[in-house]
Amino acid sequence: MKLTLKIWRQPDSAAKGAMHTYQLNDVSPDMSFLEMLDVLNEDLNAKGEEPIAFDSDCREGICGMCGLMINGQAHGPEVTTTCQLHMRSFKDGDVITIEPWRADAFPVLKDLCVDRGAFDRIIQQGGFISANTGSAPEANNLPVNKADADRAFNVATCIGCGACVAACPNGSASLFMAAKITHLGLLPQGQPERETRVVNMVAQHDHEGFGGCTNIGECAAACPKEIPLDVISQLNKDLRTAIKRGH
Amino acid sequence: MGTLDPSGTVALNKASVQKSDDAAGFYALGDKLVDDKAPTGPIKDRWTNRKFENRLVNPANRRKLSVIIVGTGLAGASAGATLGEAGYHVKTFFYQDSPRRAHSIAAQGGINAAKNYMEDGDSTFRLFYDTVKGGDYRSRESNVYRLAEVSANIIDQCVAQGVPFARDYGGLLDNRSFGGVQVSRTFYARGQTGQQLLIGAYQALERQVAAGTVEAYSRHEMLELIVADGRARGIVARDMVTGEIETHLADVVVLASGGYGNVFFLSTNAMGCNVTATWRAHRKGAYMANPCYTQIHPTCIPVSGDHQSKLTLMSESLRNDGRIWVPKDRADRDKDPRQIPEEDRDYYLERIYPAFGNLVPRDIASRAAKYQCDDGKGVGPGGLGVYLDFADAIARLGRDAVEAKYGNLFDMYQRITGENPYEVPMRIYPAVHYVMGGLWVDYDLQSNVPGLFVTGEANFSDHGANRLGASALMQGLADGYFVLPNTIREYLADGPFDKLDEAHPAVAEARANVEDRLGRLLAIGGERSADSYHKELGHIMWEYCGMERTKEGLTLAIEKIRALKQDFWSNLRVLGTADSLNQSLEKAGRVADFMELGELMCIDALNRRESCGGHFRAESQTEDGEALRHDDEFAYVAAWEFGGGADGEPMGTPVLHKEDLIYTAIEMKQRSYK
Repeated sequence: MKLTLKIWRQPDSAAKGAMHTYQLNDVSPDMSFLEMLDVLNEDLNAKGEEPIAFDSDCREGICGMCGLMINGQAHGPEVTTTCQLHMRSFKDGDVITIEPWRADAFPVLKDLCVDRGAFDRIIQQGGFISANTGSAPEANNLPVNKADADRAFNVATCIGCGACVAACPNGSASLFMAAKITHLGLLPQGQPERETRVVNMVAQHDHEGFGGCTNIGECAAACPKEIPLDVISQLNKDLRTAIKRGH
Repeated sequence: MGTLDPSGTVALNKASVQKSDDAAGFYALGDKLVDDKAPTGPIKDRWTNRKFENRLVNPANRRKLSVIIVGTGLAGASAGATLGEAGYHVKTFFYQDSPRRAHSIAAQGGINAAKNYMEDGDSTFRLFYDTVKGGDYRSRESNVYRLAEVSANIIDQCVAQGVPFARDYGGLLDNRSFGGVQVSRTFYARGQTGQQLLIGAYQALERQVAAGTVEAYSRHEMLELIVADGRARGIVARDMVTGEIETHLADVVVLASGGYGNVFFLSTNAMGCNVTATWRAHRKGAYMANPCYTQIHPTCIPVSGDHQSKLTLMSESLRNDGRIWVPKDRADRDKDPRQIPEEDRDYYLERIYPAFGNLVPRDIASRAAKYQCDDGKGVGPGGLGVYLDFADAIARLGRDAVEAKYGNLFDMYQRITGENPYEVPMRIYPAVHYVMGGLWVDYDLQSNVPGLFVTGEANFSDHGANRLGASALMQGLADGYFVLPNTIREYLADGPFDKLDEAHPAVAEARANVEDRLGRLLAIGGERSADSYHKELGHIMWEYCGMERTKEGLTLAIEKIRALKQDFWSNLRVLGTADSLNQSLEKAGRVADFMELGELMCIDALNRRESCGGHFRAESQTEDGEALRHDDEFAYVAAWEFGGGADGEPMGTPVLHKEDLIYTAIEMKQRSYK
């Protein structure tokens, strides 16, 4: 199929960017979206034009490295990561707009690549259970009821891609943060640090320049791993408890 | 079960004597290699003794000692967290934007541990035995025993961190069985075990970043190893955002940079996985061991066209219920498979291997698929696929039961191929998945270059010629959480070493070399992209150094790779600049290293005139076409020393050092799955 691509190009974080238009004439529906961009980059290289920078790594939907705004939707029209989106979701003659994640807390590095270091810094403020290597008790000494274990797993499947932030009109990372708080808060191992965790992570989140949550729900709709919106209620509940108890 | 020699001193096999010499002219024979850290005595006491013999570093001295770790997968993140907790000063380097993206994250199936929670006869010794046997008796027994010994601690550690493993209704941990073994010892988190384990290690690492013991360098790529006064003392890295070339010095360097399966271009590895860190170390003197040992996984989604950038694995658990077949008649290749009647189908695995059927080990299943496709019976684009059919399973168990078991895999398949596997048989084809080869290390995980340690898939040590399912995660975390922290202290007890500065000739030389090389890549100004060379290299490797290798093919491949390399250095086109984010430049450097590695892999494969594990030489098979090992000639580790040659120039003759594999706890046996 033939496609018209309108792609954001920006030489570096300080430069001003702009949309550029490219044509591709022979796109197979079996290509992944990123393979389509690979083909475009080969074309550009052959023409002597610098290829478009975009991030991807596993291309299996699990590492969270890829992420593009495609026609205004984070990861495009399907509920999956950009790397798992295939061109059969588009039609011959389509015009596709491709932009990087847009959020103050995710500065553009070049073209479609952004800096998501803020996510790591939120995790540093409490997104863990303190258990030094070697100090662990025998694993089966601590049973976890299956429903809690299963829910903890479901929310722990967050891949940290940032689609929730990109989709949110407020640029909030509440879903990302709440998924971790819920995961660790459901487990008995996570209890000792539960209150300090939520307080410190939320403080870092705000410090990074992410916006607040106003219950719009775009985050959960865009999440390729379908993290449910109600984790944010859990976050708010934990935060209330922690503050009441003097944290 | 093998005979356990309680004293651990009586060898059950003799050292091999190589009679064949297929690689004559391509290599020079060097001195034998001996692992002088290898402990003796009863196998079950070796690790305990070694931990005691290794000197301690006083906590007050640890903060004066610095450690560089390259890579943040399971082996790197776990080591970084543990060494940081111990109080060492750690710097970690990774090419991705966050440590959490390392490719360990993509492991699906699970992690083995000898907990014996199922009371099904598992033990440390059985996990050890299965791993050595699975590796076709080409691994070091002391290392593998240690791996089995610490496996149970890994599970405890991960649970304490909050890794949400699958549990049963009583709230206790669940286990499942996994390829090639008869016990259930695999711990799992649905089909995302690697993700959950890596997130656990990543969180522990980030905790140390907050504590100030670990400095994390994201989007940094190691481009050179610094070896000064006989010790590895640092790296030269490129900041991939600004292009700045940075020198980082330390008392010790750990490479946890993963495997090199992307030498085949198409593999299940992530796009960025590369050999550069280990290859640059190899060029600086570190031996590369058994580079030809590659694992090819039978159940991947086939290639859909020339645009294909990577391959996706589907868990081999699919073979528990799916039946593999091809049309008997080549004319039926393009027919709708549902229209091909039962009598016109060849369920070739069930026919050839009636005892194991569709559940034969990975290498056998992969090779059998290749033979069918070579014979013109392959299905799908390019005839490179075989059917994996669930129609019988759906009829027998019902669609709901099949969906409950494999739903997520079926969804993934449908997303990628656009076909519904509940209605149309899946198509599968083998793909490169893991490499058992890697930098040579001793029992302490130290390479032959003092101060250079290598962990996880980047080293060669634990899987022999073939890795069992669910053992890669086990090795990565064993190395990082429990082994390296206990062995590195013996080396660091002599530190801190003399302060180096940028003016030291070794530092200046390494830095100049990096700058010069980047400049050359940019200056060639030819016609072809790095990607196109990578693809061509991948075709050569897959054709001649893939599932089945021959003397003629490998010799031809070496010639082709050498010609390709020459063309690369004269006709490459890299646009953009060195002092900015430049993905084409990153790629070009990696492809240049892959070409050199590819040549060495072919030489190693050519020399090893036997079939073992993932390495099948057509010249070495039984009358039934099964793999035939030659313990009398090849029960050794092939450790290759770099033969010299500047970047872009032909490589000098590599030197082969052999390390005899002597077993005292297990007798070597030929495997049979018929």
